[in-house]
Amino acid sequence: MTTQQVVAPEYLFFEAERERQFMTGSEAVAEAVKRANIDMAISYPITPQSESMHLVGDLYAKGYLKEYFRGESEFAVMAAVAGAAMGGVRVFTATGGPGTLRAFEMFPTWAGARLPIVCAFLTRAVNAPLSIQPDTLEMAFMLDTGILMFHAENAQDLYDMVLKAFVVAEQTDVHIPVGVFADGFFVTHTREQVAVAPADLKLPPYNPYYAPVPVMDMENVPVRQMRDPFVMKSNFISYAAHASWQQEILAAQERARKHVRRYLGDLLDTEHAEAPVLVMAAGTAVSQSREAVAAARREGLEVGLVKLKSLRPFPREEVRVLARQARALIVPEFNRVGWLSREIKSVVEDTTKVIDGPRVFGGMTMPPELILAQIRRCYA
Amino acid sequence: MIKGLFRISPGFEDVMPAEYKELVTTGPYGREVGVSDLGTFKELIEEHPLCAGCAESLALRLILASLPNPEDTVIVGSTGCSSLAFSQVAVHNIHSLFGNQNAVATGLKRALRLRFPDKVKDVLVIAGDGATVDIGLDMVMQSWFRRELITTIMLDNEVYANTGGQESGMSPQGAVLNMAPLGKKFPKVALPEIAREAGCVYVATISPDLPRRLGKVVRRAILVAREIGPSYVQIFCPCPTNFKFRSAEVLQKIRERQKEGTFQVREYVSPEAEAYLAGLEGAKQREEQ
Repeated sequence: MTTQQVVAPEYLFFEAERERQFMTGSEAVAEAVKRANIDMAISYPITPQSESMHLVGDLYAKGYLKEYFRGESEFAVMAAVAGAAMGGVRVFTATGGPGTLRAFEMFPTWAGARLPIVCAFLTRAVNAPLSIQPDTLEMAFMLDTGILMFHAENAQDLYDMVLKAFVVAEQTDVHIPVGVFADGFFVTHTREQVAVAPADLKLPPYNPYYAPVPVMDMENVPVRQMRDPFVMKSNFISYAAHASWQQEILAAQERARKHVRRYLGDLLDTEHAEAPVLVMAAGTAVSQSREAVAAARREGLEVGLVKLKSLRPFPREEVRVLARQARALIVPEFNRVGWLSREIKSVVEDTTKVIDGPRVFGGMTMPPELILAQIRRCYA
Repeated sequence: MIKGLFRISPGFEDVMPAEYKELVTTGPYGREVGVSDLGTFKELIEEHPLCAGCAESLALRLILASLPNPEDTVIVGSTGCSSLAFSQVAVHNIHSLFGNQNAVATGLKRALRLRFPDKVKDVLVIAGDGATVDIGLDMVMQSWFRRELITTIMLDNEVYANTGGQESGMSPQGAVLNMAPLGKKFPKVALPEIAREAGCVYVATISPDLPRRLGKVVRRAILVAREIGPSYVQIFCPCPTNFKFRSAEVLQKIRERQKEGTFQVREYVSPEAEAYLAGLEGAKQREEQ
């Protein structure tokens, strides 16, 4: 293993000279993990996630991580990383699709317990019928778990977002988990040029004593301390305690905005934001939309692109302002339910501007022509 | 725990609760106390909310009085009656979800070993029979297969007591309980035997009717889990509330079951654990002489 030097996150992200390497999304996850100074990673196989955690295992074998093992199921893995986080170490894991749903009970628990776990969700269709193909349906379920959610468009985003996720998650005023989502296969199994920081640099270590909640190591007082105590008595004080705790998780998401802006640039990116027709998308739907927007502009159609990078926190104000000046918002998605168009409708003032779709699901690719046809209809 | 960490800051003596002050002055941290010393030191558990006559609460008091290293012990619990007492326990303890206790303990133990390589940090799982043998069995057994260095204690009250008296895998065959309106159709799960086959190097069944023996069993189970392998202790604590017998009759009930052979006190020690314990206990005896 290369001897690594701890550098400030800002240096690692923005100043260190980057080298372009040709790699898959799974390899991009591993390149981020290599530089993230992670103590422990716990894995469980599921297609299309497995390769990323194989590579993390190889990093452990080379000495980049101090601990790594395969757990017995996604639920057990998510429970074990929770235990590790409560023990005060920096942890990483990854899953996708059915694995996400198998582990589901743990995600609100992570958020409620204020654990700064970073998990990559390499999305896949949800049964039944069984399919291993890409589909972002699981993200609909994840939206209200309390965790922060970033959506990578490509391997470059995946590398950047996984690495930056630790820094956002571990802020004292945030200290909740971050899920970094990328569309399975489309991102994990395809190769592209990814600019990465030198491999001999890494993030500063996690300091659990900066957490807003006590670490369970019997090295800090008070020792009469339970993670996380019950608030289930049938009285108003219990209800109020639970309610205020839930609100505190939402408040932590809100406080994360400034850190997301600082490290991810912004919660969303725009191209030709002044156009009367905007295509709003997240994940690989952005790439397909970019192609369609370019084709439409060649035809002389005024159309812009909005790429949502952070879904939690949701770029509420940004989307509202963009929607105000546009007359149509096209929302292409890789899932059946259209969770992104629901999110957008929940914040814009005039929901009739939101065009639901095109949508593909069950593993289908989205031809840019589908989006282009929708753009043309806006000008018909 | 760093020596001297646990004390009252000057000026706060009058605002700290009396029981916390007692913990600081006469608590068990860093002292050699056990079940026989109960009454001479401040116990780790304070005013728990469990039912009158609850055998679990007695077992819990005895377990907590027997910790060889309370100042460096972290407990992982699970949903159920016992978990209601844990907010009253003066060691760091975790409640995560129902059934995931051994997976949480796995991550916790490995994290503490990374952070404190030169220090003993005991990780102890204490959960009910439903959490251990039904909903959490997968994770309990997998932690044993992996030889995680944790101690698992089941408080076997033979029923889902906190949810209102439903049949569990540890209910006796024939018991008529909620969700088993015609009586339970299969015998108690043989978890001690399973534990042994699954990799536990120390397995014991005990009850709070034998307090000193219980203390010794808990201590041994924790000590072997430091270096040799996982350990399992099953503590029989029948539930007066759901099985509808008088609170005062709990210990008598245990003795009756022992007499009829439906509860047995047993201990399995692997040869390696035996040698390890003989070394430790021999050294202690020599110290005392």
